[in-house]
Amino acid sequence: MDGFMRPASLPRPFLTPGVGVLMLLALNGLVFLAGRFLFGIGAVTNLTNQYPWGIWIGIDVAAGVALAAGGFTTAALGHVMHREQYHAVVRPALLTAMLGYTFVALGVCIDIGRSYYIWHPLVYWNGTSALFEVGICVVIYIHVLYIEFLPVVTERFLGRVSLPGPLARLDPLVERLLRFLDRGLARTMSVFIIAGVVLSTLHQSSLGTLMVIAGPKMHPLWQTPILPLLFLLSAVSVGFPMVILESLLAARSFGLKPEMHVLSGLGRMTAPLLGITLAFKMGDMFIRETFVHLGACDTAGIMFMTEVLVGIVIPLRMFLSRDVLKSPPLLFTASALVVAGVAINRVNNFIIAYTPPYALKSYHPSFGEVSVTVGLISLLVLLYRASVIVFPVISLPDRTLARAKYTVKG
Amino acid sequence: MARLSRRQFLTGTAMFGAELAGLAPAARAATRREPSPDRTGVLVDTSVCIGCRSCEFACKKAHGLETPPLESYEDRSVFAERRRPDHTALTVVNRYDNLRDPELPVAVKAQCMHCAYPACVSACIVGAFTKRPDGAVVWDTGKCIGCRYCMIACPFQVPAFEYHKALQPRIMKCDFCSARRGEGKIPACVEICPVEALTFGPREDLLRIARDRVKRFPDRYVSHVFGEAEVGGTDWLYISGVDFSALQFPQLGRSPAPGVSESIQHGIFAYFVPPVSLYALLGAVMWISKNSPESGEEA
Repeated sequence: MDGFMRPASLPRPFLTPGVGVLMLLALNGLVFLAGRFLFGIGAVTNLTNQYPWGIWIGIDVAAGVALAAGGFTTAALGHVMHREQYHAVVRPALLTAMLGYTFVALGVCIDIGRSYYIWHPLVYWNGTSALFEVGICVVIYIHVLYIEFLPVVTERFLGRVSLPGPLARLDPLVERLLRFLDRGLARTMSVFIIAGVVLSTLHQSSLGTLMVIAGPKMHPLWQTPILPLLFLLSAVSVGFPMVILESLLAARSFGLKPEMHVLSGLGRMTAPLLGITLAFKMGDMFIRETFVHLGACDTAGIMFMTEVLVGIVIPLRMFLSRDVLKSPPLLFTASALVVAGVAINRVNNFIIAYTPPYALKSYHPSFGEVSVTVGLISLLVLLYRASVIVFPVISLPDRTLARAKYTVKG
Repeated sequence: MARLSRRQFLTGTAMFGAELAGLAPAARAATRREPSPDRTGVLVDTSVCIGCRSCEFACKKAHGLETPPLESYEDRSVFAERRRPDHTALTVVNRYDNLRDPELPVAVKAQCMHCAYPACVSACIVGAFTKRPDGAVVWDTGKCIGCRYCMIACPFQVPAFEYHKALQPRIMKCDFCSARRGEGKIPACVEICPVEALTFGPREDLLRIARDRVKRFPDRYVSHVFGEAEVGGTDWLYISGVDFSALQFPQLGRSPAPGVSESIQHGIFAYFVPPVSLYALLGAVMWISKNSPESGEEA
C-alpha cells in the first residue's frame, strides 16, 4: 500500500432515502420468496417442463457469477502481477465478489427444488457434469473469497474488540484468535489468491459448457463448442468495468472524489480485453457461418446484435478514446455498457437462445420471479453499503480521511 | 521475509496440487460408459397404433399415479391439443394429420426414449440418473437436488418436474417399468396395447424387425427407423408411414448428446494438468513480479 491511499471504514449514516427504497424492494422480494418455499417453485414462477430455467438462473446465477469476476481479475492484477497502483480497487472488488458469490449460492438454493439437499454435490459426484464442476469450484471459491476478506476483518477489529454486555469477558479470546488469523493469513495469503484466480478461470468457463449439452435446443447464434472460452473471455473483460462502475457509484453515493488515475488505468486495460472477446465472437460467427441467422430480424438476432454492439463494439471504441478515460461520466457510461452487455449475453445464452422442441408458448418471467431477483440485488447493495461503512474497504487519500473525520462530527 | 513467504508459497502450491491430484480418479472414471449390448427396448409402430390411449391408463396405474377409469380414455377431444408427458402422465398419445391418407391420422405415443448415451445421465450434477444394463434410464430420488439440468440437457425434452411441490418435488419420467420388470413382467404399456403397436424385446432384435418391416413394405413406411442412429441410438425405436418431422420428432444428429460437452470437460480437466499448470504459472508470475524492483511491499 502506498502512502497516499489507505483503505478506511466510511463513517457515514447507513440510512438514506435510496436505502429506504432498496429495503422496500428487498422486502417485496422476501414476500415472494416465502411463497416459493411454502407453495413450491410453480406458485411463484412461470417455469414449465419446457422452460425449466428462467431468470433466477439466467440473471441471479449466470450473470451474477460473471459480474463478480472483478474479484479475480483485480486480484490477478494487484497481487499476482504486483501492479501496486491498483491495490486501491482490490478490496472493493473482493467485497463485490464475496457478496456476489454469496448471492449466487443463495440464488441456486432458491431455484433448486430441494434446497435442503444443496450439499449433495459434495457427496454424490458426477465428473461428466459441467454443472457439478461449476458447483464444486463455486463452493471452494466462496471459501477462498471469505478467507481473502479475513485480513480486512482483522484489520478492523485487532486491538479494538469490545463485545457488548456479558460477552465482554470473551474479548481477550477473540483478540487472540484475530491475532492468530492475522499472522497465519499474512503468510499463506498468496496460496489462496492464486487458488482464487485458478478456480475462477475454471468455473467461469465451465459455466459456458453448461448449455453446450442442450445441443440443437440452443439457437445456433450462441451454440458453439467454444462457449466456455467465450464465457471466460467475457468474464475477464467485464471484471474491470464492473470495478469502475462500482467505484464511481460509491464515490457518488459517499461524496468522495473518484480515483480517476486508477480507474482510467483499468479502462485502458479493458479495451484489449474487449477486443479479444470480440475477435473470438466474430471469428466463431464467421467460421460457423451463423451470421445468416441475423438476417431473420427475430428476437434472437436482435438480442445477439444488442449484446455485440452495446456490450462490446461501442464500449471498445469508447475505452480507446483518451477523452473517455479522463471523464468520469463517459467512463461510467462505457463501463455500464460492458456490464449490461455481459448481463444480456448471459440472459441470451440461458434464456433467449434456449428453444425447447415442444414449447406452446414462450417463457416470460413472472412478477414473483422479477421481485425475487430485484429483491436479492437490493439486498446485495445494502450489504455492500453496510460493509464499506463498517470495514476498511474503500481506499481514501490520507487527507480525505482526515477531512472525513471532522465532517462526521459537524 | 521474502524468502520465508517464498518457501511458504511453494509448499502451499504443492499441497494444493496434491489435493487436486487426489480428485483426478473421479474424473478418469467418468469416461464414456458404453451401453450393454443385451439391453432391451420397445419398437413403436405408429402405423399400427389406433390411438386408444390404453397405454396411458396402464402407465398411470403401474406407477401409482391418479388414474381415471379406462372408459374415460375413449375421449377423443384430448387430441385437439398437443400434449407432453408430465408429472401426471409419464406417457401420452398425440394425433397428427396424415398427408398421405387424410382418413388415417397418425397416433404417436411419447415417453422417455431411453437413449444409449443419455444426456441426463451425463448432465446430472449428483449422478441421480443411471443407464441400466437392461436399457432403462432411471432416476434416484435419494440423490436429486431438483436443479432441472436434466430437462435442459434432454434432446427430447422428456423429464418433467413437480413444480407445485415445496417439499421433495420429483423428476418424473418413464422408467421403462423397472419395478414391474423386476418382478419378471413386461412394461405396462406394451402389455395392455390391444393392437401390438408396441413390441418389447432385445434392442438388436427390434432393430432387425424394424428394418425388415420398412424394407418389405415400402408403401407403408418411410425408410427411417427413428432411434436407430439419433443421438447415438435410443432403445425405444419408432417406424412410421409419415415423415418423422411431421410427427414432431426433433431433428437430431448421429452423435451422442453428451459428446461435445464431455470432451470439453475432459479437455479442461485432463488429469488436472491444465488447472495445476495454470496454478504453477500464476505462482511463477507472482514470484517474479514480487522480486522485480518496481514493486513495493505486498498487502
